Amino acid sequence: MTKLTLLSEIAPHKSCTVLAILSDAPGMQRLQEMGILPGTKISVIRRAPMGDPIELEVRGYKLSIRKREAAEISVQPA
Amino acid sequence: MSASPRQIALVGNPNSGKTTLFNAFTGLRQKVGNYPGVTVEKKVGEARTLHGEKVAILDLPGTYSLSARSEDERVARDVLLGDLSGIPRPDVVICVVDASNLERNLYLVLQVIDLGLPVIIALNMIDVVEENKQRIDPEALSESLGGVTVIPCQANAKIGIAELKQAMAKKSYTPVERVWTTDDDLTQLLSETADVLAAHNTINPRAHALTIIGDRAMRDPSHPNCLDNEILRKITPLVDATLKQHPTPVESRIVAARYDAISRISAASLRGENRPDGLSVSDKLDEVLIHPILGWLVFILVMATMFFSMFTLAETPMDWIENGFAILGDWVGSLLGKGDLRDLLVDGVIAGVGGVLVFLPQILILFLFIGILESSGYMARAAFIMDRLMARVGLNGKSFIPLLSSYACAIPGIMATRTIENEKDRLVTILVAPMMSCTARLPVYGILIKLMVPEADNDIWIQTGLMFALYGLGTLGAFLFAAIFKRTIAKGDASPFMIELPPYRLPGWKLIVQQLLDRAGIFIKRAGTIILALSILIWAASTFPKPADPETPKDIALEQSIMGRTGKMIEPIMKPLGYDWKIGSAVIWSFLAREQFVAAMSVIYSVEDEEDEPALRSKLAAAESPDGISIFSIPVCASLLVFYVFAQQCIATFAVVRRETSSWKWPIFQLGYMTVFAWIAAFVTFMIVSHIV
Repeated sequence: MTKLTLLSEIAPHKSCTVLAILSDAPGMQRLQEMGILPGTKISVIRRAPMGDPIELEVRGYKLSIRKREAAEISVQPA
Repeated sequence: MSASPRQIALVGNPNSGKTTLFNAFTGLRQKVGNYPGVTVEKKVGEARTLHGEKVAILDLPGTYSLSARSEDERVARDVLLGDLSGIPRPDVVICVVDASNLERNLYLVLQVIDLGLPVIIALNMIDVVEENKQRIDPEALSESLGGVTVIPCQANAKIGIAELKQAMAKKSYTPVERVWTTDDDLTQLLSETADVLAAHNTINPRAHALTIIGDRAMRDPSHPNCLDNEILRKITPLVDATLKQHPTPVESRIVAARYDAISRISAASLRGENRPDGLSVSDKLDEVLIHPILGWLVFILVMATMFFSMFTLAETPMDWIENGFAILGDWVGSLLGKGDLRDLLVDGVIAGVGGVLVFLPQILILFLFIGILESSGYMARAAFIMDRLMARVGLNGKSFIPLLSSYACAIPGIMATRTIENEKDRLVTILVAPMMSCTARLPVYGILIKLMVPEADNDIWIQTGLMFALYGLGTLGAFLFAAIFKRTIAKGDASPFMIELPPYRLPGWKLIVQQLLDRAGIFIKRAGTIILALSILIWAASTFPKPADPETPKDIALEQSIMGRTGKMIEPIMKPLGYDWKIGSAVIWSFLAREQFVAAMSVIYSVEDEEDEPALRSKLAAAESPDGISIFSIPVCASLLVFYVFAQQCIATFAVVRRETSSWKWPIFQLGYMTVFAWIAAFVTFMIVSHIV
């Protein structure tokens, strides 16, 4: 088994596909409701000027989340 | 004819154009109030269908989902479930859908359908879809949603409004069936939960069952949204049994099932190539506006422009207001003979209100900027840029917007904290918001800065620099206390930050102007009621009790008045800050509303004169203590400025915090900590500046 890749590790301008949501902490349900689900394609657009949060493109719109939450999402790099 | 009009609710995601549509339906026939028992703004309006029937339109708060994470979302959900007492369950729900962001917007639509309510979809922003060389087939969308009425529209251009009003006229809407399916075990869990609820006489048991199973918070006893204990005890074993067979959280499975259906619906109704050619205009703008270096430059430039405009653009209209009130005062004064009534009207009422209304231009300019930033989409970028900084003091980027708004006035700023999902972050933001320098401090800053920096060739730059420093000081104070509170009274998890970066749009001027008028109305109302009352109170306190001998000099008469006596009584507390009893009196009165400092000083120092800032300033500059030392020395002005930066001197803020936190504890705590800190900071400032000068 190779090490899990996390959404927080994906570099800007790269894409990936969500494998699993690793946490059921409050807030993660809302991310799922915003459309981040296993199988969803995500592009990392950029990091904020101070490095955090990150900007994602999900289902055709732009969403910003923190690396902390992005580290709870395992992905398959494209 | 039926007695009460049919209720139509308007729901939609933030940025979906819901408010524009609401305005198009109701025109100016709208009322803004509060939902009973909570602090969420309730907007209702009256519209007519195409057939002329009068209907009531309820504009529910903008929300992404009905699993309630914030008070806004809870209200939206409860209204749709018919659970909010005093609000009838809507007859029809109009879901405003941003067609250019179909999938995520459909999520909310599916939730509303799940609640068993008849739905009309207002498919908004079809023009944006067409710009992307795509098309949404309304019939296909309607069909794949089980026959829901779909009306394409373009709210900002008033396209499709008539069709929507026609759709409203139809009375025979029936709810459609749930459009998503799931595994048998989950279906069974939902129906068993509905049975439990039905046994407890819950109305709409199926809708409630879905809400409970689909929202973890409702089954978490540590969460404020958790449902009734007795019902929870019966439902928890059912959920646990399902989890034993299938370990994925049940709420995640429901979300996934909805999105499965959404992918199907989207594929069936979306026509055209998915990929627009190259970067969109919005993407190109973002390349600059949130660029690691350019982004900061733009951010700082935007903020600096905002401040500079407040001081330059506002000058002329401020002169008009000042002169207008001076003329009014003269005119009223000439009509009435010498006496208490003339003094009351001219020195109390006209001078007091005029001295406050004069700042209306600055407030309007600031809100114009905030309106443009919000409407254009830049506000979300500002939150994106600032999140890291806010996270450092334990808050999140969403606190930035309320805190920025607090530069105009803490009242709308505190009201804007409702969008912060995390209750603790929200409380901390409320507690520190009044430290951001609001426009009510401007009259105080303005007059003291001009006293500190006498006429010189380049004084506008020193004055602007000092003003900037005061704003910075307040902001630092807010951050300091946010960090302290997050480590003490509001300890807890950092809130998950999540913000949509909507495409840039040209500002909706109509909406901005309407909000501007609302703000102006609120300010004038405040100026007209509280401040008028206070002006009269100050005048009375400085006039009564009257000395027996009418020839008594003014300053001695003032010393013997209620204000003079209060000022003297607290002199021992004020002395370490460098204040005499006159300043002390003005500070005391400022606790009702800080802008009253200027009015109070006008009354104290220029009882004979009409309201006139330069005249007041020269009087203050000339004021000397009995031993010939200038009273408004640089250390005293500096100490006063620092005191006004930090002190919570606004009863309106007190009242809003009381309402927003539903407790007396927090507004009292806020008044206490801010005032004590203001005193300490002013004392330190006085000491340091006295040594330097």
